[in-house]
This record gives sequence, structure tokens and C-alpha cells, in this order.
Amino acid sequence: MSALLGLVRKEVYHILRDRRTLVVIVAMPVLQVILFGYAIRTDVDHVRLAIVDPAPDPVTLALRARFDAARVFQTVAVLPNATDLEPLFQRGAVQGAVLFEPKFAERLGHGVTANLLIVSDASEPNTGSIVQAYAAAVVQAYEQDQISRGRTLRIVPTLRMRFNPTRESSNLFVPGLMAFVLTIVSSLMTAISLTREKETGTLEALLVSPLRPWQIIAGKVLPYIVVGFVSVLGVIAEARLVFDVPLRGSLTLLLVEGLLFILVSLSLGILISARTSSQRVAMMGALIGTMLPTLLLSGFIFPLESMPVALRAISVVVPARWFVLVARSIMLKGTGLAYLWRPTLVLIAMAAVLLVASTRAFHERLEG
Amino acid sequence: MTTIPAIDVHDLTRRFGSFTAVDRVTFDVRSGEVFGFLGANGAGKTTAIRMLTGLLAPSSGRASVAGHDVFHESERIKRTIGYMSQRFSLYEDLTVRENIRLYGGIYDLSDGDIRDRTDRMLARLGLEHAADAFVRAIPLGWRQKLAFSVALLHRPRVVFLDEPTSGVDPITRRQFWELIYEAAASGTTVLVTTHYMDEAEYCDRISIMVAGRIAALGTPAELKRDFAVPSIDDLFVRLAREAQ
Repeated sequence: MSALLGLVRKEVYHILRDRRTLVVIVAMPVLQVILFGYAIRTDVDHVRLAIVDPAPDPVTLALRARFDAARVFQTVAVLPNATDLEPLFQRGAVQGAVLFEPKFAERLGHGVTANLLIVSDASEPNTGSIVQAYAAAVVQAYEQDQISRGRTLRIVPTLRMRFNPTRESSNLFVPGLMAFVLTIVSSLMTAISLTREKETGTLEALLVSPLRPWQIIAGKVLPYIVVGFVSVLGVIAEARLVFDVPLRGSLTLLLVEGLLFILVSLSLGILISARTSSQRVAMMGALIGTMLPTLLLSGFIFPLESMPVALRAISVVVPARWFVLVARSIMLKGTGLAYLWRPTLVLIAMAAVLLVASTRAFHERLEG
Repeated sequence: MTTIPAIDVHDLTRRFGSFTAVDRVTFDVRSGEVFGFLGANGAGKTTAIRMLTGLLAPSSGRASVAGHDVFHESERIKRTIGYMSQRFSLYEDLTVRENIRLYGGIYDLSDGDIRDRTDRMLARLGLEHAADAFVRAIPLGWRQKLAFSVALLHRPRVVFLDEPTSGVDPITRRQFWELIYEAAASGTTVLVTTHYMDEAEYCDRISIMVAGRIAALGTPAELKRDFAVPSIDDLFVRLAREAQ
């Protein structure tokens, strides 16, 4: 056992003495929480709005008042015609615009539909579509109001979208971010540090020693499990303190599931390093094999529900998909193991298969 | 003890698919002997060493190292051998002392033993002042001597040196060979591969591998006489040409 302890100690020295990498590992999760929390928020606030109202009348004025009242919007310009609108969009002075057609109230009074055009800046696709939805919601609320007073009117378009003033996206990204950080620390770092030993020839010295393959692997991964755990705790703490992301379920269950996911990622890292012989190739392998799927196919950024069937099918084998599901349920819904045993079982199965496969690949590599 | 060869190899063969990397190789190495293992790149040296160090299972034949069978006792072989490759196998971001401690721990030496042997080793190498220096900070020649001493830390009966002197200057090479003789004098058997033919002349006996087989085996003097060549270098080139 002292041999294993010696290996672990050596690995800790490697980690602590490689200052640059250490800073990256520690600082990256912290920065990413900030980045995802503020920059990549999918909710919008204070959208700069332009109103084009060629012939103001009671109805358009009432609607404009409602846009002003909504916290999401900030009316920055009121124009008589659409021609002045283009430069505003070009400069980015406005992010959205609402265009009324002339004789708006008159048409409604005659029982004819009145047309209203909502334009949004689609260079930020998320913001764009959400602006549209919010604007439609404002119009709809007005309509409802009028109908409740016994007046019928039809304003087109009418989109159905619930007005949601909370910053729900920051709640959604934290579990995904945990998966992402763990993938980097576990898969990428182990793959790189194992291939580095291959490159320098120290792995050979370990292999001809009486150490068993599992000991070499354990000595390599145990320190990274600790690093991964610290990162997870950091992300959870920061998410709570800075973004008030709730933790409604059990912290213990969350950490146990996190450990399971760390095991899966570590095994993937070992598997990658068994197949590669240079740090650069290992890094590319880890990027393509683990980080991209975690980023794109886990539901972290892009909802699984809106993916084509083929991609959804592929996502089934992405470990992060299951971890994100579990972590979201625990953190946001407070779900317990009673409802999460299935994805948990998937993670356990993945960890078991990959651990066996990676130890074997490691062994085969020695034979070949 | 001396009656059993330190390394005993008989018809040892390793195939990779249809390619035979090592083809019915037979030789033995006596205890305390310095045995030179020569051959061009791809001649099968590395494959043979990997089989003898328990890293690779042989396809057929038999072999024993320090009395342990390579088929069934590879774990025991690993405890009784030392190994050093051309890449020195020390961790550059650990200090000299930390490296020694790591390998001592791997070979199950007690903390007291490790401390004792560390002090003695550093004194012998004249490296006491560098005990807490990072390995990357000490000169290549010292690093190489240190790696050799670390490979001998657990007092193996047989030590395998895979091109230990490639890339170092002639003076350091000479000093390194003094260390090899010292180890052999204290009873350690040394199997060394090299590309330097002057080093081959330092060995008690040498074998030259060509295309997976041993083409010549004996003391440098015997070989030069039998093949009627002025130097091992000439013999090596002649054998390698014949194979082409």
C-alpha cells in the first residue's frame, strides 16, 4: 500500500508544481460560472425597443404604455415610419421593434384584424427569439384585458408564451457546468498526464516495477478525483452565493452522483491515453471525445427536446447527458433517488464498463 | 547460486501476427556478467527485453530471469530486476530525494532503508548538495548516473539497460561504464543494449541480433578472431549487410 501512497504523493507534486495548469484548473470553473451566469444568459432584461407608430390612436397608445411598463423592455425610440428603423438596427441602438399598421384602432373597431409586426435582432439568436416571445406576450395580455371587458378584437400575431421574469437559465446551466468542469479535470487532465509519462519514459519504469496496472491507474486518478470534487464544491458554492441557484435536494446524493460521473470521465481519459502516444493527440482526443459531446449533446446548452432524433439517439451514450439530468433534478426539483435510480443505474453501468475497458486497454497497450 | 545462469533463454520466440520479431533465440548470461545486447533498430532487441522484463508474453520457447520463469512468474521477476531506459525514467519535476523515495516505495523498501540508501547513494555519486534540487535542474550526465543508481536501489540481481548512454558525451559515457563495472563487481548481472561499438568492447560477452535471430555470440576477442574482423564495428556492419 505504501507504494500506492508514494504514487499518489508523486502525482500531487506534479499537480501542485505545474502552476500554470493548476491555475487553469482552479480558475476556470470560477470564471465559467461568471461567464455562463452573465454573458450566456438566455433571459433578457432592458431590451432596447423601438416603436413605429404611423398614426397614434388610443389602442396603440395603450399598447405602447404596456411595453413601457414591462421591465423587459425599454422604449428608446418612437418613430413615425419604418424607414428610420434600419439605421437603428444597424448601429445596435435597438434590439427589437414593434410596428403598428395605420388605422390600428379603426380596424379593430370594425371587427377586422389589426396587424402588428414584431422585429428582433437575430444576431443574438437566443435574445432575438425571446424578445419576440415577450413582445407577443405583451400584446396578448392587452388583448385578454380587452376581452375581459367584453370587447372583441383580433391582433395578429398572437404567440403563446408565458412571461417568465425569473433568471431561470442560470439555474439550468449550473448542473451542465458541473459536468463540463468535471469532464475537463477528469478526462482531459488524466489523459494528458498519462501520455506525458509515456512521452518522458517514466511510465515504462513504472510498468517494469512490481506495481500492478490497477495501482498505477489508481495512483494516477485519486488526486484528480480530489481536484474534481473541489471544483464541484466550488461551482455549487459560487452558484448559490452569486446566482442564488437553489439546491433543493440532497447535497450528499449530488456529490455521490458527481463521484460516479468523475469515475466515468476518468476512465474515458485513461482509455484515450491508452490509444494515444503524444500529449497533443491525447488533448485532441479528449476534446473531441469528451468535451464536445458534454458541451453539445448533454442538454447543457442546447435542449435535448429540440434535437433531431439522430442526435438525441447519440446523446444516450454521452455520460454527461445523464449526469446533467440527475444534477438538475436534484438541484432544481429536489428529486430523490426514488425517481433517479434509472439514470443513476446508467451512470453506474457506464462507470463499470469503462473502468474495465480502460484497465484492459492499458494492459493491452503494454502487451502490444 | 553461481551455477544457475542469471538469464537463461532457450528458443524464445515472439510473433506479432505473421511477423516474427524474435525468432528462436538462445543464450544465457552468467551471474555478475556484463552482457552486451547488440542489433540494428528493429532487429528484435527491444521485444526480447520486454519479454525478459515481464512486459510481454513470449509466443513460445522458454526463458528464466534470476531463476524465475517468464511465463508464470513475471511478478516475481519484476521484484528481482532493475530497468533503465535511454529516457532515464526520473521525474523532472520531483527533487532527487523525492525520486529516490518514490522508487524505494514502489519496491517496498522501508522508510529507514530508503533514507540509508539515499544517503549512501548521494555520497557515492557526490550529489549530496543536489539532494533537494529538481531533477530537471541537474546536468544530464548526473541525471543519467542517478537514474542508474535508482534502478539499483532495491539491489536487483539482474539489471536491464536499454541504450543507457545515448545522447551523452564521451567522458560521461566512460564514467557511466565505471558504474556498470562497479555494479557487476558486486554481483549484479548487467544486460545492456547499445549503438556504440566501442562500448561493445567493454562487455564480457556480446550477442548481435539480426532480423530476430542471434547472428553472433561470444566475447569480443572471440568474435573478432572467429569472423576475422579488426573490430566489433566491422563485424556489426558485415552481419547487418548480409541480412539485407
